[in-house]
Amino acid sequence: MEIVKGIVAGNIRSIARAVSIVENNMEGKEELLDELHTHTGNAVVWGITGPPGAGKSTLADRLIQKERSEGKKVAVIAVDPSSPFTGGSLLGDRLRMQTHATDPGVFIRSMASRGHLGGISTAAFDAVKIFDAAGYDTIMVETIGVGQTEVEIIELSDIVMLVLVPGMGDEIQAMKAGVMEIGDIFVVNKSDREGAERLKAEVEYVLMISEKPKESPQKKICMTSARDNTGIDELHRILQTKHTEDLKSGFLEEKRKHRLNKELSNLFYLKTREFLEEQLSIGAQMDTWIEGIYKKEIKPYKFISEKMKELKKEYVKG
Amino acid sequence: MERKTRIEIAKPGLDGHDRGAKYIARALKDAGYEVIYTGIRQTPESIVATAIQEDVDFVGLSLLSGAHNELFPRVVELLKTEGAEDIIVFGGGVIPEEDIEPLTKKGIQAIFRPGTPISAVIDFIESKKKTTAA
Repeated sequence: MEIVKGIVAGNIRSIARAVSIVENNMEGKEELLDELHTHTGNAVVWGITGPPGAGKSTLADRLIQKERSEGKKVAVIAVDPSSPFTGGSLLGDRLRMQTHATDPGVFIRSMASRGHLGGISTAAFDAVKIFDAAGYDTIMVETIGVGQTEVEIIELSDIVMLVLVPGMGDEIQAMKAGVMEIGDIFVVNKSDREGAERLKAEVEYVLMISEKPKESPQKKICMTSARDNTGIDELHRILQTKHTEDLKSGFLEEKRKHRLNKELSNLFYLKTREFLEEQLSIGAQMDTWIEGIYKKEIKPYKFISEKMKELKKEYVKG
Repeated sequence: MERKTRIEIAKPGLDGHDRGAKYIARALKDAGYEVIYTGIRQTPESIVATAIQEDVDFVGLSLLSGAHNELFPRVVELLKTEGAEDIIVFGGGVIPEEDIEPLTKKGIQAIFRPGTPISAVIDFIESKKKTTAA
């Protein structure tokens, strides 16, 4: 594929086009990703998540600067929500990173969530592979401003930064299931504000009492003010140390294999589902079945198990 | 799946009057497009680099400083240099009537002056987007 050559050579237009191909689920997507597969695995993926207005984009901007000062190439995927009503989206994250727009070592791509609910878009997974194959050393994925259940960023990242700001509520908020469990590094941003020290103490407390498997690495807390550029050096150091440690301990490999497991299972489910829908012409017969169930002529579980029996007879040997 | 139309809205030059640009960005979002908003004080170079990275179909430029005769055509030129002349450029702002024709000749495909209803912008995009769908 011509486009693959372009991507591997780092051609900006090819990369941009490829992201559109995966984003729009266009023809050639699967072949493209297969061709790129052997070229992937070299980039480090950082996830940046947290509530709206926590300063994720500004933090990303500062981290780009740090990475560039070490000569690394950086790609950023910034996800913003799509309107569930119009499908439209206002993608404004790159506004905070626009000083890097003309730096050839930085590629920023905005993505709309397009109805996907995990805090990132489905295509973000594939976009990471494209940037990886194109030779970017570090890929940052910034999620939409998340609430409490958008935890998909773990599946995508080597390291997740959870960005918190003072004034979001008491420690009970921090103890709720979900969001506190997704961070590898807790960033208390806007640290010049009142309540920052208390928030840090609360996070420390929650981390101290939370049970975790012994072998999993220690979680870190870092105070920053992205606007004033304070604490960024320390955060950057923590990120690098963690990567080196995870690489050495095998934790990173385990994490990446777990990611592949998820991806492959998802693909199996997706393809099996497509196949079933075709074979059973589910869509076409659905109305008849629903009518029967509605009128109490069909028992739903009995019906399903009979259907499954038919299927197995046809497709499973023995 | 239908290809989503992506539009960059940018303000080249030095004026900081971004109400018009923000209004257009919001209205186009409400019309169902994906709008990439880059904010004020952009150079033609940063606007074009953004357009290419974001793989947009349109670039909308808003300018109120009076430098449109230099900056708008510069964006079109740079897109051409980058081999991205398929990206459609349109503009808006305080632009004198007599400047419109010369700008159109230089490749700015539409100019929307103050008081233009948003439906005119949407009609323009709809009429052009079919030819840009990959």
